Amino acid sequence: MRGIGKLVVALSIGLGLAGAAAATPAQAAGEARSPLSRDWPHAGPFGTFDRASVQRGMMVYREVCAACHGLEYIAFRNLLEIGLSEDEAKVIAAEYEITDGPDELGDMFERPGKLSDYYPSPFPNDNAARAANGGALPPDLSLVVKARLGGENYIYSLLVGYEDPPAGVELGDTQHYNPYFAGGAISMAPPLFADMVEYPDGTSATVEQMAYDVTNFLTWTAEPKLEARKQLGVKVIIFLVLFSILMYAVKRKVWAGLH
Amino acid sequence: MSEFQTNSRVIKWIEYRLPIFSYVNEHLVVYPAPKNLNYAYNFGSLAGVMLVVQIVTGIVLAMHYTPHVDYAFDSVEHIMRDVNYGWLMRYMHANGASMFFIVVYIHIFRGLYYGSYKSPREVLWFLGIIILLLMMATAFMGYVLPWGQMSFWGATVITNLFSAIPLIGDSVVTWLWGGFSVDNPTLNRFFSLHYLLPFVLIGVVFLHLWALHHRKSNNPLGIDIKGPQDTIPFHPYYTVKDALGLAVFGVFFALFLFFMPNALGEPDNYIKADPLVTPAHIVPEWYFLPFYAILRSIPDKLGGVIAMFAAIFVLFVLPWLDTSRVRSATFRPIYKQMFWLFVIVCLVLGWCGAKPAEGIYIIVSRVATFLYFAFFGLLPFIGWFERPRPLPESINAAVLKSGGGGAMPEGAAAKAEERG
Ligand code: HEC
Ligand code: HEM
Repeated sequence: MRGIGKLVVALSIGLGLAGAAAATPAQAAGEARSPLSRDWPHAGPFGTFDRASVQRGMMVYREVCAACHGLEYIAFRNLLEIGLSEDEAKVIAAEYEITDGPDELGDMFERPGKLSDYYPSPFPNDNAARAANGGALPPDLSLVVKARLGGENYIYSLLVGYEDPPAGVELGDTQHYNPYFAGGAISMAPPLFADMVEYPDGTSATVEQMAYDVTNFLTWTAEPKLEARKQLGVKVIIFLVLFSILMYAVKRKVWAGLH
Repeated sequence: MSEFQTNSRVIKWIEYRLPIFSYVNEHLVVYPAPKNLNYAYNFGSLAGVMLVVQIVTGIVLAMHYTPHVDYAFDSVEHIMRDVNYGWLMRYMHANGASMFFIVVYIHIFRGLYYGSYKSPREVLWFLGIIILLLMMATAFMGYVLPWGQMSFWGATVITNLFSAIPLIGDSVVTWLWGGFSVDNPTLNRFFSLHYLLPFVLIGVVFLHLWALHHRKSNNPLGIDIKGPQDTIPFHPYYTVKDALGLAVFGVFFALFLFFMPNALGEPDNYIKADPLVTPAHIVPEWYFLPFYAILRSIPDKLGGVIAMFAAIFVLFVLPWLDTSRVRSATFRPIYKQMFWLFVIVCLVLGWCGAKPAEGIYIIVSRVATFLYFAFFGLLPFIGWFERPRPLPESINAAVLKSGGGGAMPEGAAAKAEERG
């Protein structure tokens, strides 16, 4: 019954693939369009972050997204990991007002941010965030790349994917049409317009470029240890493959002497 | 069996008081194993290794984890970002759970194929099922700990199943939760039990091995060991073979761990638990999907819960359902086909479990659930009318026939056991 055995193997692989394929677009709730795919510099076993792009993405976040979205798991000291100098990171931290205290008199006070501070949330609480956004809550972006099916491709597509609603789609006052978003009606206005940031390295700030950069940045915020992980992974795999070959040879040798 | 010998006076001194060295010698060195064990027999030792991996990484995680609804999610992110190699520990533990189930499921199917549940190994088989049940409980509670959306909603859906128990169902659920919904008391007790059960597992694993070494391994031919010519010492033969299996399995594990650590998880679990927002699809971890499909295939809630538990507990009566005196499927033409169909049915159930319970998926899961139980229902009859192929007279005779004589040509032994 070798035949049936093979059938099972083929079937399991088939089911696995079908499952993976079906999980990607379909599960994003019904009609959502499957995301565009781009080549990401951090993809693949040897992938690394494109530091220049991640830094530009941080600018986009700071100048655009930060008005509505928090980044609660990122401290300013973490910016050193994407290639900022300590002084640059301190300057960025100091742009934010952080509530500290209580002081000797028992009062809370505001002070400029330090390296050890985390990005403050733009709103004092979720209700305030909802009130300012037509009832919708802008999610914290630290983990959003890992928290959506499609990952970076989805986030990128969402940012570049706004369209006029097709006939028959009813939108609320504060809603916009985005075919990549589950259900199509999203309460975030198109956040990006060409040249809304001025990149110091002269890169032209098209919507696609900014979307690409900020997605690279958000991939880093979601998985800051990605590079260390892949680099260690390559070494571990090489070691284990060599070890397997060695063990295979040893096993052959040991078993050859058997009668 | 060669007696344990040593010249070391220290070892002799200890040995006289606690015979631990001769014990290790007896069970890991000279232990006589059938000479024809194939690579399907690697998965037991792999499961043992995975248990150790889970415990070691789990203990490290527990040093940094906070079991409180307000801090659990943040503390896992703290592990991922700030703890040295915390990401490695956490991904190893999360993917390790999946690897553990892959290994154990293959181990169980191996037992089904070679008839390892039959006399005199019934108790060994029962202990294996208890291990599976404990693993499931451990993994279920572990998945709740990071307190993401799927943690919370998975826990809510699964604990709610107990409300199907007539009369006392609701009280049982309240008791399990420690309140009126999945909340901080639930998280605390799940952490406590998640830490405890793996150590209970160690105990059951020891009993499992005790039963194994008492009655010795079954083998791909399913015939008894008739004498020393049928066996080889565990060391070095199976120690190197297990080491080879471990290395190859390590590559497989590492591919997931380092290059797609979130492929087996749900994106929703990177969203903090929110009792007010229900995710669009609540799906359990992949290793529960076949059972989840059986649960949902029955239109009645209580019926579904009973069917789901029956799907596992039926394994306890398997030794009596199978009336054939031949163990190995190699010599059972009909059973062999049924076995592979059963494997396919389990895969199909797993696929159904990942799909929404609607339309064609419901029909497919009902058919598959029926076939799952039909496998067990038909076994007694197969045993009566199936004509088994003739069994070899001994393990040794079969090994010699399939490859080598006394002076084996190079590689013949390896070939013999690969053929199984
Ligand atoms: C004016 C406020 C505002 C700005 C500026 C803004 N967003 Fe949003 N964003 C929202 C709101 C509100 C939502 C919630 C939408 C909903 O749930 O319908 C949202 C949702 C999102 C989502 C989640 C979509 C999903 O799948 O749930 C992402 C990702 C996102 N924004 C990224 C960004 C990025 C990147 C930027 C900067 C380029 C940005 N946003 C700028 C208000 C904003
Ligand atoms: C049978 C062995 C075990 C299995 C199958 C298992 C399974 C799991 C699973 C599936 C998770 C959720 C993973 C995630 O997505 O984060 C988890 C988390 C966790 N486990 Fe275990 N576990 C085992 C043993 C242990 C032990 C022995 C400990 C502690 C001593 C432990 C401590 C933890 C902790 C602290 C978490 C939460 C952190 C996290 O989510 O990564 N586990 N476990």
